[in-house]
Amino acid sequence: MEIVEVNNLSTTFGNNIIHDKLSFNVEENEIFGILGGSGSGKTTLIRQMVILQEVQQGTIHVLNQNVSTLTLKQSQVFKANVAYLFQFGALYSFLNVIDNISVMLKEYTHLPDDLIQTIAYTNLTMVGLPLSCAKLYPSQLSGGMKKRVALARALAMQPKILFLDEPTSGLDPSSTQSFNELIVQLQKLLNLTVIIVTHDLNTIKNVLTRFILLDKSIAFNGNYQEALNSEVPFIKNFFKHKD
Amino acid sequence: MENYHHGFKLTQTDNAIELFLLGEWNKQSLPAIIEQLSSVSFNQNSLHIDFSQLRTCDSSAIIYLISFIKKFELNYKITLNNMGKFEALYILYSNYYTPIPENTIEKDYAYWLKTIGIYTVSLYIETLRIMNFIGEVIYYLFVSVFTFKSIRLKTMLNHIETSAVNALFIIGVTSFLVGIVIAYQGSVQLEKFGANIFIVEMVSITMFREIAPLMTAIVIAGRTASSYTAEIGAMKITEEIDAMKTMGFEPTLFLTLPRVFALIISLPLLIFFSDLVSVFAGSIVAYLDLNITFTEFYNRMKDTVELRHFLIGIFKGIFFGIAIAMIGCYRGFQVQNNTTSIGKYTTMSVVNAIFIVIALNAIFSVILTQSGL
Repeated sequence: MEIVEVNNLSTTFGNNIIHDKLSFNVEENEIFGILGGSGSGKTTLIRQMVILQEVQQGTIHVLNQNVSTLTLKQSQVFKANVAYLFQFGALYSFLNVIDNISVMLKEYTHLPDDLIQTIAYTNLTMVGLPLSCAKLYPSQLSGGMKKRVALARALAMQPKILFLDEPTSGLDPSSTQSFNELIVQLQKLLNLTVIIVTHDLNTIKNVLTRFILLDKSIAFNGNYQEALNSEVPFIKNFFKHKD
Repeated sequence: MENYHHGFKLTQTDNAIELFLLGEWNKQSLPAIIEQLSSVSFNQNSLHIDFSQLRTCDSSAIIYLISFIKKFELNYKITLNNMGKFEALYILYSNYYTPIPENTIEKDYAYWLKTIGIYTVSLYIETLRIMNFIGEVIYYLFVSVFTFKSIRLKTMLNHIETSAVNALFIIGVTSFLVGIVIAYQGSVQLEKFGANIFIVEMVSITMFREIAPLMTAIVIAGRTASSYTAEIGAMKITEEIDAMKTMGFEPTLFLTLPRVFALIISLPLLIFFSDLVSVFAGSIVAYLDLNITFTEFYNRMKDTVELRHFLIGIFKGIFFGIAIAMIGCYRGFQVQNNTTSIGKYTTMSVVNAIFIVIALNAIFSVILTQSGL
């Protein structure tokens, strides 16, 4: 089953063409990667998928719905099914860590308060943070810790699709490793579809089931092994320094 | 025995309870399940939980199940049967399961004493910081006066434009209105005594000496102190100020002084402008209400109103300008790296600036009057 379906998507900023007729699908339960150089429109692409940015030309279907034509009610349902991990966490600065993680559950479910708290604490432990930071505010956390809290927040709601915007940038190698393992494990157990924007070789190698490489149009669509065997100069160049 | 579509089924024997989980356990169905499950009383001493008829189970539900099991583990013998596809999920979440930690904060007996202590220390530190800031500004003021090159002329002119030239309209309108009000209220009283002509002294002296400087300073405090704080605060959050420090650009020299100079220069000029507008407004009221012509009005002003009243107003403006700019900048540098603190310090800077302006004005009023000026 196709979770995301992108058809002839074109995006321009002024005279600058970012996407030129992109078409690709993301299947259910995939861990799908979006790769590309700086300014190749990776983040723009996933922002368009979650209706943060307008689709200029072409269509994007997510969960069998055209994201450009959702009604207000449909978009509410849609948003309960997706979670987005922002590059710098985007935690609410006026809430502490536990409240940040539990905010969605508090607003959208009728679960008892102590269960919501337990879920929040469990997710906090899951992303590898100590209990001592539960009552801290985002301004008191380091960049890597913010990212983990943001992941915990994204996971607490258990979305169908998890969008991750450079989840491992700014993490140390061992944290990256455990982050990647956690993503793979959770994807399997919770039936998530994960869409990752990443530069990290470890992630590309060990986590992604498939990825696309953006260079205005789609330069490559396949898995890591196929990419290594590719003879196309752009792809060879992209992976040249990554061995 | 109860039966629910999404929920559970209970079979009770003499010494064991069989709990069959049914259907879909997720965030939506869970609240009802929890309510029903909590109303069941368990008297037996062993509990078998059967997963075979459970179709789906999301993370919230599995966390609830784990907490449920943990609660009964102490007194009951619990077995989990037919877990199947849920086993891995159960194991993963039980590894990470974390109950709400007990509140470890000890009761504070001398709470008020502690509060007083904290306030005292923070007041002391704040005072030191203010002293330090003032010292820095004065030091770099001398540095920049002696090495004229280090005055950021372009930035300063830029600030004069945004905080003074762009404020002309609002200051003009408020001065005009206040001039009209003062003259109008005064004329009613003066007419009773037939002392119509004294409207000239009344309007000119109050405007020149007190009202125009104070009003201009308050408008600028609201308008400019807030913008200085927000500008510098945003630079602090984006680490621009740290970047300046590493490049050897002294923030006081680059950010504070141009703003202070801008207000030192522009506030007296704005007060002059306010004087013109408000006295003109007064003369209009005098003409319409008391039949004093413009020529009469200005001739009398030239004869009876001494220049010192006007000069005192302008002179006060210099100090108001220094105070407003320094408060705006000082609060800006205090902004911390979170979104709420910009709002907090911007509010503080406006409140402080207005208060200091009024306090300074009171001090000047007493000192100057006592010294016979």
